[in-house]
Amino acid sequence: MSTPEVTVIQDIRPLIAFVAPLLGVIGIVWAGEKRKNLRETFTFLVASIQATVVLSMVPLLLSGTIVEFHVWQMFTHVPLLLRVDGFGLLFACVASLLWIATTVYSIGYMRGLHEHAQTRFYAFFAISLSATIGVAFSANLLTIYFFYEMLSVSTFPLVTHMQDKEARTGGRTYLGYLLFTSLCILLPALSWCYVWLDGGNVAMDFLADTGKVGSFSETTQIILLILFTFGFAKAGIMPLHSWLPGAMVAPTPVSALLHAVAVVKVGVFCVVRVYSDIFGTEVLQQLDGEDWMIGIACATILISSLIALSQDNLKRRLAFSTIGQLGYVILGATLATQQGIGGSVLHIAMHACGKITLFFCAGAIFVATGKKYVSELRGLGRKMPVTMGAFMIGSLSVIGLPPLGGFVSKWYLALGALDRGATWVVFVLLISSLLNVFYLLPVAVTAFFRNPADDSEPEIKEAPMACVIPLSITAIGCFVLFFIAGPLVSMVGLTD
Amino acid sequence: MENSIAWIFIFPLFGSVACAILGISNRKICYPIAVLSMAGSLWAGIETLRQVLSVNDHTVSYLFGGWTLDAYPRGVGIEFHADILGILITLVVLGVGLLVSLYSKLPVEEETPGKEPLFYTLFLLQVTGLAGICLTGDAFNLYVLIEVAALTGYGLIAIGSNRAAAATFNYLILGTIGASLYLLGVGYIYIKTGTLNMVGIHDIIVAEGLADSATMQVAFVLVGVGILIKMAFFPFHAWLPNAYSNAPTTTSCLLAPVVTKVMIYVMIRMVLSVFGVEFSFESTLWTDVLPWLVVVAIVCAAVMALAQREIKRMLSYLIVAEVGYMVGGVWIYNYYGLIGSIFHVISDACMTLCLFLGAGLILRKAKTTHFDGLRGLFTKMPLTMTGFFIGGFSIIGLPPTCGFFSKWYLITGGMVSQRWEYMIVLMFSTMVMVVLFFRMIERIHLAVSESGENLGHGHGDLGLTDQQTRFDEGPLSMLIPLLLASAVVLVVGIYNQEVVSLIEVFLSDFNLPRGEGIK
Repeated sequence: MSTPEVTVIQDIRPLIAFVAPLLGVIGIVWAGEKRKNLRETFTFLVASIQATVVLSMVPLLLSGTIVEFHVWQMFTHVPLLLRVDGFGLLFACVASLLWIATTVYSIGYMRGLHEHAQTRFYAFFAISLSATIGVAFSANLLTIYFFYEMLSVSTFPLVTHMQDKEARTGGRTYLGYLLFTSLCILLPALSWCYVWLDGGNVAMDFLADTGKVGSFSETTQIILLILFTFGFAKAGIMPLHSWLPGAMVAPTPVSALLHAVAVVKVGVFCVVRVYSDIFGTEVLQQLDGEDWMIGIACATILISSLIALSQDNLKRRLAFSTIGQLGYVILGATLATQQGIGGSVLHIAMHACGKITLFFCAGAIFVATGKKYVSELRGLGRKMPVTMGAFMIGSLSVIGLPPLGGFVSKWYLALGALDRGATWVVFVLLISSLLNVFYLLPVAVTAFFRNPADDSEPEIKEAPMACVIPLSITAIGCFVLFFIAGPLVSMVGLTD
Repeated sequence: MENSIAWIFIFPLFGSVACAILGISNRKICYPIAVLSMAGSLWAGIETLRQVLSVNDHTVSYLFGGWTLDAYPRGVGIEFHADILGILITLVVLGVGLLVSLYSKLPVEEETPGKEPLFYTLFLLQVTGLAGICLTGDAFNLYVLIEVAALTGYGLIAIGSNRAAAATFNYLILGTIGASLYLLGVGYIYIKTGTLNMVGIHDIIVAEGLADSATMQVAFVLVGVGILIKMAFFPFHAWLPNAYSNAPTTTSCLLAPVVTKVMIYVMIRMVLSVFGVEFSFESTLWTDVLPWLVVVAIVCAAVMALAQREIKRMLSYLIVAEVGYMVGGVWIYNYYGLIGSIFHVISDACMTLCLFLGAGLILRKAKTTHFDGLRGLFTKMPLTMTGFFIGGFSIIGLPPTCGFFSKWYLITGGMVSQRWEYMIVLMFSTMVMVVLFFRMIERIHLAVSESGENLGHGHGDLGLTDQQTRFDEGPLSMLIPLLLASAVVLVVGIYNQEVVSLIEVFLSDFNLPRGEGIK
């Protein structure tokens, strides 16, 4: 993202977007379990503030202005710097808007199931979103690492929300993977860059220091690339993906937002940042072993889709689908072309909207019927038409059919592959889309077109309105994303 | 104030005398005396720091008894010599002392009833000794002050239970061996150089080219090994876990954060200022050997910490591992490693204080510090737990706590010297600490027994009575020091640049390698 004619202004807005949820936590904890409505008002309030602030920066960006805010000098050469560029802003928009939807949904879900410790839930949710925005607006590697770690730790109480044995296993896998990779793989790579580049005087800024790693030897560059790709294990690239299905023990709103939007997308976002803004397309294209990374991404896409086919538990199927879709984002980054990287940032947004719809639906089905398995869904379409309709739309968007958002990003990914001269990647994309069809469509088809196993089941109705409205909105969002693709495409620095 | 460096000692020294005398008639008066002396001493320390920063060569000297430094070699006399490093570590000692003295009111009354005058007398003498170690400019005085700190330390530990007395005996023997070795080394130095003044010793080593002298080499080894024993460097650590985990709460809160750290300071002082960079790093084998011993030390200490099921014992082994970090930071021999080591002395003192203050509060409310008694403590005492785990996250090295920054410099140091074994072992122990602290979080937060059975009935039921999970924080006199300590952990982390720039000023006097770029 280095277009020459941008102007940079100093503004506090990125910091507000980051701090607002943290301040909200005080209100949430203060209101507590006894004043539920007030507590949810606080969540709602800070989510709206965050979204407004983030959206207010869109016109600035489109007119070629980049907003920066210098928070604090961490090291002599490395500031904690927030900067709003196209990639970050698009991601921040998606995260903050979907947070509002998730808040509404959480109210329906958590109250519908009479969950415990809802205050803790909302408090840590807000902290997680604060960290997500931090990642989106980070201007250098160390800043992004800060917020990345903050997110790992603040989501732990959400993942282990059930506080039982299963939660313990899930939580251990979750933290084990994430902290092991960030402390033992990522941190050495980070210090390597900070120590050896430019005699230790480099901030690893995403704007100013792009391509400086090119001064390392080829071997070092490849090693760094591998360390960075696998160090951000939130990206779920195989073989470091097992934490994601494990983390599905969390309540559905958590799975929905954190495991379709915030956590995993933070992972892939970081990887994209490293590829596009630390290495840069020129350095990457001259790097010999870089093709292998494309191969790893493609393998992740195909293998996870195949695993998803065999999952009967709906949330687990969606989890593996997520791993596959994250593979797309990584793939776009590894292609190292303008189109490919743009496509992968778009895919972060498009997939987020589609996948959160699917998770919302899975949760709504669970609230209304207590069903978790695909095979139990027969005939549910007639009883829960809105939910299953939204599920259908979400599926089609993830598969990538027009006029839904998912089509746009896949289109640019394919263009990126052709730019790179890797025609075989297009075939991988096609095969994987077919696999998407095979594991996603049967869910909706079973629900709509197959008769229920027996009619003696108790009366099933739609989930509470607080669940149904958000999932309808995100389903509509999938259409909207297709039609506003133009501005989005220019936000990530591409032209139609 | 001109003589603030002397006031640093006058406050606690006379405070201790006051405790001993006034305490006979009124035991209640000891606590305010201790707090006030610590506050006064800390104020004098800050004043001294200001003086040190305001003079050109960044050293302030105070000669007791009116002798002069003009003779060559420098004569023998009591000199207090504050440079940036010394006064920084002194401030850490005094800060810890103030917070612990604030905290001590209830634990001292309850755990050692009737012995308050004795306890506070020893407490203040301990602080005097530790601050003296950091500021003295004389190698023999250093020995005396080490013994002052050690003897009062034995008393402070043994004042508790019978088990503590047994642990103290162990400590006493190892501590005495360490101090004797040090004294022997100082003897050799005196034979060869004819002076005991630290600056004087260094001048003569440089002027007469004593780097190859066998006598000085022997002296170096004796002094070095003596200090390693005193700082509980593995395998000389055996005294530490028993002594700290059986000691009364206040004692462990005071000794654990500072005693080992002050000995690290002594090592840095000896290596840099007394023997000098060239002597210590170039003409001895320590640079080659010690990083490997550090690897063994950290691995063993970390593994032993994993085996503990009791908070204070676990923390004691963590201290042993952290000592390994800092020793390694010095002996990987470069600029960044030393910054890391010195900064880690400061940050480790802050975070260990946090953890031990927290452990004291847990002990008071949960009646145990065994892992089995932790369930539901987040609901019962959320503030205590937050404070405790800020310390824990700092030990792990999560930003923005100070532990992250010191570890960052240590890793950088390992990378610059290309001591990969040191870097890998830092990673390893970091992972062990993740396991240690998140295992505790699991115990506190989840309703699962160690063997994996569900104890509650779902929906956050912890399998405890309402009585056991009701909000019930510890007394404010203990809680506030803990929260202050955790705030310090964060503030030192956020303002690490200010601290590091002071350390950089100190290190700029020494010719340390900064590494050449590798591709």
